[in-house]
Amino acid sequence: MTAAVETAQTTTIHGDRVSLLRVLGPAHVWALGVGIVLVGEFTGWNFSADKGGALAALIVCWIVGLLYTSVAMIDSEVTSTVAAAGGQYAQAKHIVGPLMAFNVALFLVFAYTMLEVSDAILLGDTIVAKAGVEGLTHNSFIAATIVVLAWLNYRGVLMTLNVNFVITAIAYVSIVILFFSVSPWTQGAVLKLNELVTPGNALPYGWIGVIAAFQFGIWYYLGIEGTTQAAEEVRSPARSLPYGTMAGMITLLIAAAMTWYVCASLMPWEYLGITYYPLWDAGKLTGSPLLENLLFIATLLAALASANGCINDAARAWFSLGRDRYLPSWFSAVHPKYRTPYRSILFLLPIALAFAFIADLNQAITFSILSGVLQYTFMSINIMMFRKKWPLGSIRRGYTHPFHPLPAIVLFCLCMVTFFAIFLGFGSQLIAMTVFYFLISLWFHFYRYKFVRRGDQFSMPWPKPQGY
Amino acid sequence: MWIGLSYACWGISVVLALWMLYDWFKVDTTYSEAMLTSSREGELEAVSEKHRI
Repeated sequence: MTAAVETAQTTTIHGDRVSLLRVLGPAHVWALGVGIVLVGEFTGWNFSADKGGALAALIVCWIVGLLYTSVAMIDSEVTSTVAAAGGQYAQAKHIVGPLMAFNVALFLVFAYTMLEVSDAILLGDTIVAKAGVEGLTHNSFIAATIVVLAWLNYRGVLMTLNVNFVITAIAYVSIVILFFSVSPWTQGAVLKLNELVTPGNALPYGWIGVIAAFQFGIWYYLGIEGTTQAAEEVRSPARSLPYGTMAGMITLLIAAAMTWYVCASLMPWEYLGITYYPLWDAGKLTGSPLLENLLFIATLLAALASANGCINDAARAWFSLGRDRYLPSWFSAVHPKYRTPYRSILFLLPIALAFAFIADLNQAITFSILSGVLQYTFMSINIMMFRKKWPLGSIRRGYTHPFHPLPAIVLFCLCMVTFFAIFLGFGSQLIAMTVFYFLISLWFHFYRYKFVRRGDQFSMPWPKPQGY
Repeated sequence: MWIGLSYACWGISVVLALWMLYDWFKVDTTYSEAMLTSSREGELEAVSEKHRI
């Protein structure tokens, strides 16, 4: 049944109240999503070749692409309806409940902060590798990456995402230039796929290797769901968020396919699976100094864009927790001039620096991936509840994803496979994180929730859900 | 050159960190806490759009 509801509210944004600034368009949403993810093409995805061979890396590229296409479609539908900072946190709060929302917000903050840490470490290590100077460490480059980007985020979201758009576009174009520079239509001239990937070595560990490769296949697309954090700052959430997210996903699928094809055609899987710089190495192997330097710069830019987007998203998730008093409301302050969640940005800055100086790349990215997969598992359940409680026609949706419930089922099944793959490689970290989220949930339920103003946290002008 | 760049990175980091701390202090002492934390979820959506379902 279609309910006719009209809400015409007035607010005093420029009077006594100060809110986040609504200045972004679809291109910024694309820059946020693709910016966070694209670093995964420059490092990370290739470790799946170590787990299962070059063909396994391609299989997970497609299957994990299916997982993330489901994520993007589901996210686009729910976010075009729940257009609030905090993204999946706000979705969980309105659709599932406060305890789920608190956990989802922590998944978001952990996933993005740890990814930011990984990006900064990668950038520092890349510069040190290029310099080849004895005594040069990555610490100064890590500090500069995190502090400069935090400063940029502090000063305003429009400039932050304008910068992200430019540097993401340059990094993306570099992959396209590399692809066309190696004559992809001709095998044997530069590329040697038929020699490097043969029936004998395509799947060296069989199908269990393909399952194990899922853990690193996530890198191809990890973070595209971050577009939803911009929900309160885009001019037209119902249009911009689905458009920017789906365009980003298409962009990434193309980039992932080109990256695999070039790298698997230039490097044997034994090397591809252990190098930290597959695209930079591919640039070197072409023999062109121009391509080598282009891919070096693109690696740095991709890491910068990812860290930049992660700071943006983690701060908004933390800010949203403060605004609903799930954490002290002190964190919900908005800068009166720059209109950014400045206290959340500053609070997370030393945490990121500390992890970047003490953690190694593998630990940081494992925590990020684990938190991300926990979040995707939630999304598959969330969309089922959303469609059940508010069926099509009961509330306005900016985008309606097709084939429901197939994407949700596919997403849930692929998340289970990915958990199994993570358990194979990082079982102790998986158990440690599960215990952490369980304990923090107990703290929230028995202590923190009494500070929450229960009526204030549900802000969407929706009709009552079906069955209530 | 790389060592010089490394020192420049430390310098930029310190200057920007100090600037953010200064601005944080200035804002927190200029505006009331009630105003700084006055943002409400969903408000922006309501400003310019009328929902017709």
